Amino acid sequence: MNASAIRRNDWRARGHAGWWAFAVHRISGLGLAVFLPAHFLVLGQALTGAEALDSVLAWTERPLVKMSEIALVFLLAVHLGGGLRLLLAEFGGWRAAWQPALIAAAGGIATLCALLFALNLA
Amino acid sequence: MTGLPMSPPPGRPKEGSLPLGGKARSAKGALIGPPPGRPKEGSLPLGGTARSAKGALMSPPPGRPKEGSLPLGGTARSAKGAPTSTLSVRVWRGGAEGAGGRFVTYKVPRVPAQTVLDVVTHIQRRIDATLAYRFACRVGMCGSCAMTVNGRARWTCRTHVQTVAGDGALEIAPLAHLPVIRDLVTDMGEFFDKWARAKGQFVPTATRHDDFATIAPASQERRAVDAAIECIGCGVCYASCDVVRWNPAYLGPAALNRAWTLVNDPRDGAHNQRLAAVAGDAGCHACHTHQSCTDRCPKQLSPTASIASLKRKAAFAAMTGAIQ
Amino acid sequence: MTPARRQSLLWLAQRGSAVVLALCVVVHVATMIVAVRGGLTAAEILGRTRGSVAWAAFYGLFVLGVAIHAPIGLRTILAEVRGGHARGIDAAMLAFAAGLLALGLRAIFAVTTGSAP
Repeated sequence: MNASAIRRNDWRARGHAGWWAFAVHRISGLGLAVFLPAHFLVLGQALTGAEALDSVLAWTERPLVKMSEIALVFLLAVHLGGGLRLLLAEFGGWRAAWQPALIAAAGGIATLCALLFALNLA
Repeated sequence: MTGLPMSPPPGRPKEGSLPLGGKARSAKGALIGPPPGRPKEGSLPLGGTARSAKGALMSPPPGRPKEGSLPLGGTARSAKGAPTSTLSVRVWRGGAEGAGGRFVTYKVPRVPAQTVLDVVTHIQRRIDATLAYRFACRVGMCGSCAMTVNGRARWTCRTHVQTVAGDGALEIAPLAHLPVIRDLVTDMGEFFDKWARAKGQFVPTATRHDDFATIAPASQERRAVDAAIECIGCGVCYASCDVVRWNPAYLGPAALNRAWTLVNDPRDGAHNQRLAAVAGDAGCHACHTHQSCTDRCPKQLSPTASIASLKRKAAFAAMTGAIQ
Repeated sequence: MTPARRQSLLWLAQRGSAVVLALCVVVHVATMIVAVRGGLTAAEILGRTRGSVAWAAFYGLFVLGVAIHAPIGLRTILAEVRGGHARGIDAAMLAFAAGLLALGLRAIFAVTTGSAP
């Protein structure tokens, strides 16, 4: 028997809460993993003295960089929130009824953190 | 009194009164014509179409025929012959002998309380007899009729057209992630092979000489099994899982869910081998908690929960050396 | 080591580091929100961290956790993109972990040693 090509799902099969939670978790994780070496390098500039660190920090005063920082705070907080939900599911037992609430809470608290950070920047 | 059959009473026999059925005949045996006027719906003893005394087909009564009253089924039509409401149905055809497939559009009459399986059946019986599809119980017990309807895997016998095709447009395709044999039929071999690979079979330890095992219904293990045991292997979760799509070797939600029920069975004798089987490179750790399986399972099971628990069990087994 | 054992232990390491990181991140985000007022200067950072054993210990734990957590997560993504696990991916992730650890410890050393400006 010759079997034909295998069909795949499109966007209609996705887009539910759990899938979005996964997408955000993966993107935030990737973003943070890419950011970290740069973060460490910048801080390491202090080795040569405070002035070196200051010059790099001055570069970060640009609006685009500031926006990226706010985004990074969001990514970090949302990755934490999603991660806590997973830890709860894997070690505390799955509670189906809690899932939408936990996903929403993670997103909400992360947004709050990013907002607070953004407000403090001003 | 002499035992000879008595002749029927004079006049036309009442409808349905002839003891052996059969046609009304005069005393001399001549067929008596049908009563004047249109025969009542369903009253013609052999079914068939209402005809006048001269044998001409009589037109249907005015207004829409009552649902289900048309003797041969068929479409409700106005006096001029136009259907009253139609669905536009795109159905995946092809895939036979390795040939590519494509969507073909059919027009299917819309009826109240119609399911997607009704639609597929109508196409196969009345429009194109070459359409291949699977079904069995048609009442939501066997899972055979699982297909992709408007992009989502579901049981077609339990999907009302009203729910998914409010605008009259329906798209029916075979389940995703499985080789298509033809049209709406997939090869489920891989799905069940992975079931076996996940050691989804009970391995007995007791013999006939042993006493019965005692399983407390309220115990944590039994409750965990209860929550996951109702799987009938329909393949909807497998067809909905993106990890199955990305990782061809991934065991899949159903196989892992079944393994979890066996992991919680104290009578089972292959505990460590099963954990080793489900924790491999294409095993439970590949699950990313998308929850598509849980979202789509027609029996409201949660393979996501089962797999999350399997991860925990496997990790502790690795720590204690139960998994080498 | 069988794939099952490797996967299970890596999973455990990732979840374990996740718990540690959860605490570290809460402190870190709070610090950022509280400490960053109208921009950040080296003096502000170093004034807090220079000569502080507590901050050194905290960031040391943070860096260790990150060096374990991030490569294991990336490993999964790379394996999925590639269509299967591979020794090359494992080696690359080990290198990434070492790099994060080295750069991170260097950064901690940079901000904690020396006198305040």
